[in-house]
Amino acid sequence: MATRLPPVDVVLVGFGWTAAIIAQELTDAGVQVLALERGEFRDTVPDFATDIIQDELRYAVRKQIFESPERETLTFRNSADQTALPMRHLGSFLPAAGVGGAGVHWNGQCWRFLPSDFEIRSQVEQRYGKKFIPEGMNLQDWGVTYDDLEPHYDKFEYLCGVSGKAGNLGGAKQAGGNPFEGARRREYPLPPLKRSASTVLFDKAAREAGFDPFPCPAANASKPYRNPLGVQMGQCTYCGYCEWFGCGNYSKASPQTTILPVLLKKDNFSFRTRCNVTRVNTDGSGKVATGVTYVDVDGNEFEQPAGMVVLCAFAQHNVHLLLLSKIGTPYDPQTGQGVVGRNYAYQITSSVDVFQKEILNPFMGAGALGQAVDNFNGDNFDHGPLGFIGGGYIALWNTGGRPILQHQLPKDAPKWGAGWKKAMHENYLTSASIATHGSVMSYRSNYLDLDPTWRDDYGNPLLRLTFDFQPNEHTMSDYLTDQATKIAQAIPGATHHAKKREGHYSIVPYQTTHNTGGAVMGNDPATSVVNRYLQSWDVPNLFVMGSSVFPQNAGYNPTGTVGALTFWAAEAMKRYLKNPGPLVTT
Amino acid sequence: MSMPADGRKGSRSIADETSADASRRAFLKTIAVLVPAVGVLGSCRAAHSSARADAPVYFSEAEKSFVDAATQRLIPADALGAGANEAGITQFIDLQLASAYGRAERWYMQGPWPTGTDQQGFQLKFTPAQIYREAIAGIGKHCTQQYGKPFAQLTAAQQDEVLHALEDDKIKLTNVPAKSFFALLWQNTQEGYLADPAYGGNRDFAGWKLIGFPGPRYNYVEEIDRFGQPYTQPFVSLVGRHPDARSRGES
Repeated sequence: MATRLPPVDVVLVGFGWTAAIIAQELTDAGVQVLALERGEFRDTVPDFATDIIQDELRYAVRKQIFESPERETLTFRNSADQTALPMRHLGSFLPAAGVGGAGVHWNGQCWRFLPSDFEIRSQVEQRYGKKFIPEGMNLQDWGVTYDDLEPHYDKFEYLCGVSGKAGNLGGAKQAGGNPFEGARRREYPLPPLKRSASTVLFDKAAREAGFDPFPCPAANASKPYRNPLGVQMGQCTYCGYCEWFGCGNYSKASPQTTILPVLLKKDNFSFRTRCNVTRVNTDGSGKVATGVTYVDVDGNEFEQPAGMVVLCAFAQHNVHLLLLSKIGTPYDPQTGQGVVGRNYAYQITSSVDVFQKEILNPFMGAGALGQAVDNFNGDNFDHGPLGFIGGGYIALWNTGGRPILQHQLPKDAPKWGAGWKKAMHENYLTSASIATHGSVMSYRSNYLDLDPTWRDDYGNPLLRLTFDFQPNEHTMSDYLTDQATKIAQAIPGATHHAKKREGHYSIVPYQTTHNTGGAVMGNDPATSVVNRYLQSWDVPNLFVMGSSVFPQNAGYNPTGTVGALTFWAAEAMKRYLKNPGPLVTT
Repeated sequence: MSMPADGRKGSRSIADETSADASRRAFLKTIAVLVPAVGVLGSCRAAHSSARADAPVYFSEAEKSFVDAATQRLIPADALGAGANEAGITQFIDLQLASAYGRAERWYMQGPWPTGTDQQGFQLKFTPAQIYREAIAGIGKHCTQQYGKPFAQLTAAQQDEVLHALEDDKIKLTNVPAKSFFALLWQNTQEGYLADPAYGGNRDFAGWKLIGFPGPRYNYVEEIDRFGQPYTQPFVSLVGRHPDARSRGES
């Protein structure tokens, strides 16, 4: 039997980025907040100290900084006519376990989505007509606009000390920034990072190709920075160990480097680690959440009553918890009815490797040190003659030159033996890779539900992922790769190798940890799990955070938008706490 | 049953760590500071303390001979620098297979075990350590039948022939697909050449010297915009300039 614990005002499931923001905001509003984290406590010292963390084998290759699938994983298939099988070790995406969540091991690539991304269905219908939307694509507007979120993007960027150059201040275009971005109220908190040799090459070549390059927004501090909470960050040293590592230098924004020093001192905040939440509990009516049940590392079960529950776990874990808790109507791919698990999406990536003569010293880098072009993102270009929806950025990220996973070899290089050795010798210091980062729309055939066969250590069915790339995404990604190739061709004396994303989606090679959907937001309860304030339509004292609420995915890294949505939802929660009930009536 | 203790006001105690976490950290600190060169293996192998310092922990002598020979074909010694044997790759793989990785401790290993599509990834019932054992035994049989000799005694051309056949899945092994074993062997061989020397491979920075990676240095603020300039500081490991004297233990 579960041990019943004393109640709290608000319980948060998980203790990563979204939980840290919600906890900071709601404790300021005077309520008592408890976060339950399945992983360990982690902090800059001692866990990410530079003599510990700069270890490619341990963290990036053996994956010790991520969630570990041995106790709970998901099953995967490309389509409903296959049998889904367990993801036995991590590959395509790398969620976290532990305090700070994936905010510890991200690169710090901190973008805003485009205004058109939030109103994509309306935009496509208006500009290209209803018939432009392919059969089976569940394209939907978000229920919020860029203008709704702009103050909250600003708040997240100033929390994180983002380094960058504005391209649009209050509607006025700014030289050197992204000419396609939505209007900002003010400059980035910090100037752009230093450039590396490879990003300079990209910048010149992209101009040559007729595009508009700009420095990527980086939650890696280009200078010492004190954020609005009074937390001090250090200048990035370009050590090249951001993504898949914690930062030992207090330079990469994470819950640990921006919020926790303030939050952990508050009397009305507490957290517990190694607590795996297995259910959100509801009362007899099914319309009120009464708290959560969790299992500790010794297998003891606890019931934690709470006045309000906020799901702050990784995207698919939030959806898993909703399905296990029987909250909301599960999605039925046969009928297209139901919402929980509907509209799972991802991103589609490709690259063009570049080989030239100049020494680039790729190991001097930072997670969000890059130059990008946005000419082919969102609706920044005319899709009419191209026949697809969506887009993405093209960038040269100089994240580091870690030797096992971060090297490029020419297409014809031998796979092993003396020829491999020669190719490694000749290309490591002088090659780079241009990335494309494409959107993925949502489809009737891509979804999450519960697996009928495999179970986790707690006896619960595993989440089942049914997902494949659709023709729209392949066409879009090939188009982006062709544009990236034009940039590669403009680099003097370079040869290149374009690696298009071909065939079915595979869960094996790493692509991106930008999993989205399954508990999407919107203005219609028939096609969304939460309303525009991320409040459950079915259970008003339950909120869902993170990219699980994205109705489809855009062509940018999601963390900036996740942060903005979290601040937006926190404002709504404060209103809810004063006057409980649905924040949107239908 | 006791009530859970809340973390609060940063008052996290060492008791918040898992014991595995705490012991790992203690283990790392100990091994990084105290262990002399020949003791690197000994510390991981208390039960084998009387064995030779270069004797394998997991591999049998026959398995070690195969891995020595095979990895030296994958990364041969030549004018560009050390090969797999000089870089300590057999020792690296042996230690990895004896560790949590070799035992697949972080993998989901619950049945049933149907065969899937390539897109669904690894679905073998075997741990990495078991894959090596199964595959090397099968390759031994193949070489005896085909050439009348174990792999290690074949000519370089014959060894390459066997390795290509494994890579192309043209040799039938009993329980493990040949291409799966080849992919694992090649992956671990590259790791052994390019991972921090603290794990026993990349000896004398062999792999990093080949490519020009200086090691996990902390600060390039001054150097990053000196475009086109080679970086000339000496190689460094997580455990210092002389990693052969120290080890990082399990990965």
